[in-house]
Amino acid sequence: MEIKALELKAAQMRLATWQMIYRAKNGHTGSDLSCADILVALYYSALKQTPATFTDPNRDRYIQSKGHAVEILYSVLADRGYFPKEALATYSQFNSDFIGHPTNHINGIELNTGSLGHGLGLATGIALAGKLDQRDYHVYTLMGDGEQAEGSVWEAAMAAGNYKLDNLTAIIDHNRLQITGPTEQVMNSEPLAQKYAAFGFNVVEVNGNDMAALVAALQAPNETGKPQLILADTIKGKGISFAENQAGWHHRIPTPEEYAAGVAELEAVIGGLQ
Amino acid sequence: MASAKIGDVICQEMIGAVAKDRNVLAVTSDSRGSAALNPFAAKWPENIVEMGIAEQNSVTVSAGLAHSGKRPFTFAPAAFLTMRSIEQVKVDVAYSNTNVKLIGISGGNSYSYLGATHHSLQDLAITRAIPNLEVYMPADQHQARALMQYLTTSNHPAYVRIGKVALPDVYSDDETAFQQPGHGQVVLDLGHDVTIITAGETLHIALDAARQLEQTGIHAQVVDPVSIKPLDQALINQVADQTHHLVTLEEHSRIGGLGAAVAEIIAPRGDTKLNIIGFPDAPVIAGTQDEVFHFYQMDAPAVAQQVKTWLEK
Repeated sequence: MEIKALELKAAQMRLATWQMIYRAKNGHTGSDLSCADILVALYYSALKQTPATFTDPNRDRYIQSKGHAVEILYSVLADRGYFPKEALATYSQFNSDFIGHPTNHINGIELNTGSLGHGLGLATGIALAGKLDQRDYHVYTLMGDGEQAEGSVWEAAMAAGNYKLDNLTAIIDHNRLQITGPTEQVMNSEPLAQKYAAFGFNVVEVNGNDMAALVAALQAPNETGKPQLILADTIKGKGISFAENQAGWHHRIPTPEEYAAGVAELEAVIGGLQ
Repeated sequence: MASAKIGDVICQEMIGAVAKDRNVLAVTSDSRGSAALNPFAAKWPENIVEMGIAEQNSVTVSAGLAHSGKRPFTFAPAAFLTMRSIEQVKVDVAYSNTNVKLIGISGGNSYSYLGATHHSLQDLAITRAIPNLEVYMPADQHQARALMQYLTTSNHPAYVRIGKVALPDVYSDDETAFQQPGHGQVVLDLGHDVTIITAGETLHIALDAARQLEQTGIHAQVVDPVSIKPLDQALINQVADQTHHLVTLEEHSRIGGLGAAVAEIIAPRGDTKLNIIGFPDAPVIAGTQDEVFHFYQMDAPAVAQQVKTWLEK
């Protein structure tokens, strides 16, 4: 897909997510909007996987470590055809499989996540199995920057570097905000680029809300013998002006007035791209 | 009487399992020596995955390996595997339903003088409360071998707790020692005054205690559930029908372990008494495993005496 088409897709996914959260009165709004471009770039330009190949042992894999941004993942998976879009109406309803963190009860989701600090280790195990079995699939995982305070992230980073897993790409949604406030104030994990480089990663820094930059970073082959870290600088709440760069929008539910204003903003973007 | 270390038996079974299925892996956290896996590492160097001293990541990586078709057996001291890594066990293994076999080595009080950091006297309470996780305690080499034959072909998450010392044979062959999850058996039946229920390293102690009770005119039976979860409810109800007096013996805190599991079955009956023998809810005294068992009245003479006193009340 061309970059403009991907940008349109990202805006549509933001709108679907905004609607899902408003309808259910549940969700991590700012976190979803932050990584919408990353998920669209991944699913529409890099990840070698379709609903038809989801159980193929040679498929690429994606583990969403920042599981709380599940609403945008649901939107993308529905759009890719992993399940009917109508299923999203059950999100956060009684006895639905579509709950507030990813579960493998949903077609298209590999493993259960939601407790932070697990995704990089899961991806490391998947990548290691690929090496052991001499399969050439690639595994991707998306983490938050607040998540970098979890010690298990660094155990996994050490192992991925140790085993030279160049079939692994970790992405950090680097929006510099977490639920309590600025990540650098809550628990400073910087400099992330230097830390991952020291753990044996090839580090690529991109604007994580720039579709062309994301696609280029995801499509470029990893450096031989090194896992890759894409440090994606993003804006929390991206795409809805009054939610941008506001820690309070981490999991805030829009009021009716905010909802209407957000819909209008996203529809204007969509209209401009169509 | 023949005896064997369970770790050695598991190592030999792992070696045989890889010969049949190259997807079987041993995942270690700088624990291959303690886990008696050096012969395995020498035989199948490509099938041992070293994760360094990082038990949490060891479990998570194992889940990733299992999700990709491998059959990891993840070895670490039981204390670390079931407490430091318990969230990874709950989420990445049990909740995600990945085919990881967790082998808790040097369980219970095995590490003796190394102290409470290394003891796992709460592991049964923790692991059996997690949905979708089987829990086993093999009592001798036959049972360990038969259990491994099951585990290397099963696709279900499981935790196995083993100790360090050589255990005397209780069973005469592998076939009778372990049949399937949730299936235990009466190992000794000298009469129906009382039933002692125990698993793992304390089974031979319970058998000695039952024989000592016999000399005092108390006729006991000994039950080995081996599968702590699922627990053989039919068997527990059967022996409750027969004796109405159950005693559990476990190398574990009296809180939440095998005794609690049995209590959960018999409490609604209202017709059966239960005496839970195990470690107190207190810091454990330092000593060899035998000394510590003696101190807490968990060796055979003390168990026999406790049972006798209890029945005479």
